[in-house]
Order: sequence, then structure tokens, then C-alpha cells
Amino acid sequence: MYLPNWMHKLASPPHFFRISGWLAPWLLWPAVALIALGFYAGLVLAPADYQQGDGFRIIYVHVPSAYLSTLIYGLMAAAAAVGLIWRMKLAYAVAAAAAPIGAWFTFLALVTGAIWGKPMWGTFWEWDPRLTSELILLFLYLGFMSLRTSFEEPTKGDRAAGLLAVVGVVNLPIIHYSVIWWSSIHQGPTIKKLDAPSITWEMAWPLLTLILGFTLFFAGLLLQRVQAEVLERERNARWVTEIMRPGIEGG
Amino acid sequence: MGGYAPYVWSTFGITLVVLVINVITAKRRLRSVREQLKLRVARDARRRSKE
Repeated sequence: MYLPNWMHKLASPPHFFRISGWLAPWLLWPAVALIALGFYAGLVLAPADYQQGDGFRIIYVHVPSAYLSTLIYGLMAAAAAVGLIWRMKLAYAVAAAAAPIGAWFTFLALVTGAIWGKPMWGTFWEWDPRLTSELILLFLYLGFMSLRTSFEEPTKGDRAAGLLAVVGVVNLPIIHYSVIWWSSIHQGPTIKKLDAPSITWEMAWPLLTLILGFTLFFAGLLLQRVQAEVLERERNARWVTEIMRPGIEGG
Repeated sequence: MGGYAPYVWSTFGITLVVLVINVITAKRRLRSVREQLKLRVARDARRRSKE
């Protein structure tokens, strides 16, 4: 299979290790700034909703978390597929690094949703299509993580967990369309089309800020975790033992 | 917050805690892998110098 040269270079572990070490802080610090701004804007600047009052402000933590929970799963499954097809070690490292972060954001989406549900729907939990499929997403992440580490041979764990990740992709359209296919207590999408969102700009911009901030935050964390994965997987490689010699800082 | 304060503050608080946990665990994992590898490389170097 043909791959352009820069992709080969990026997929080489030492090269990726160096780039990600340099890039991670450039993603994490802007992410922290955007999240701080978004929190302030969402809690203070945005006007109260005419139906939900100040309760609607939970949207600012719930939607970015829920969005990331599915985005990260898609990325994890794509990385796992690349690993399965091309036997690319770096791809498996990316999938392994993405899983715990994805699980955390899924947990956040479920918990913030439950707390939002109490005052609005009168219940923390309902076996509703949207809620149930999001809970299945959490189980897919946890299943991926435990399956990957349950083999004596790490490559077998990568392959088995990768297969689970790829099969689990069927859950993504179910989550997305659940509020349209079935009658759900969950409300429909708020920002579906950017040209005609169903909220005003004063409410929308903090949300967009937080979605961008959360995404950059995830990207920075992912790079840090991929670094750890790459070092561990390449521990016998010459470039790793080179930078781990005593007296050499950084690496 | 019009009666919604406990709901709003708890969701923002939990979110902040989870974000901080993620920063700490990612940093800690990278550091522990690095330390393990440094120990391993140093041990191998000692063994080689003895031979």
C-alpha cells in the first residue's frame, strides 16, 4: 500500500516522539486558556435560558464532553484499524493512549447529563436510547482497556482490543441518531448546522470556545500518553536506550 | 443561579476535577516509564562494565 513519504517519517517512533514532546505544551496551554475563558463566559456572560433558566449552563460542560467521547472513540478505532491493516506499531500506541482519555470524557458526559437530568426530567437516569448507547460507549472503552492488557504477549492484546474497537464503531451512529430514530427524552442537537443553530450567539460562543478548548486539551494529553506508550513499546530500540543514558536530560 | 446552583456548580466542579486528574495521570505515566527505562539502561551499563 502506497503511503507518502511524510507519513512514513511521522510514523517512525523516534520522529513522532520528538515532535509530540515539542508539540504537547503548545496544545495544552492554549487549551487551558480557552477552557478558563469558556467556563467564565458560560457561567457569567451567557444569558439565562428562557425555559431552563440557569440550569441550561450545564450544556457548557456536558456537550463538549459528550462530543469528545465519540470523537475520541472514532479516532481510537481508526488508529486500531490502521494497526490491524498495516501492522503499524505507532497506530496501536495511539489507540492505547486514547482509550483512558476517552473513557474519562464518556464518564463526564454521563455524570453531567445525569445531574442535568434531575432538575429537567425529574430523574438522574432513564433507560433511554441516547443514555443507554452512551453507557455502552463507556463499557466499550473499559472493555478495550482490559482486553488489551489481558494477554501475556502485548501484540496479541493490541490486536484483540483493536478488533473490539473496530466492531464497536457501530455504536457511534446509534449514539448520534438515537434522538432522531427513537422518541427520546433527550433533546435534539443544539448546534447541528453552524449557519442556523438553535441558540443565540451569546449562548453559542462560550460553547464553541469550550468545544475547541476540550479538543486541544485532548490532543495535548494524547501526545503525552503516546510518548509514554512509544517509550515502553520501543524500550529495546537503540534510540530509546540512547536518550535514557544517565546524564542525558529530556529525551 | 435561580435554584439550579447545586446542579450547575457540581457539574462544573466534577468536570474541573476530571480534567486535572487527566493532566496528572498523563504526566505521572510518562515520568514513571522514563524512570523505569533510565534504571534499566543504567543497570545494563553497570553489568556490561563488569564483564
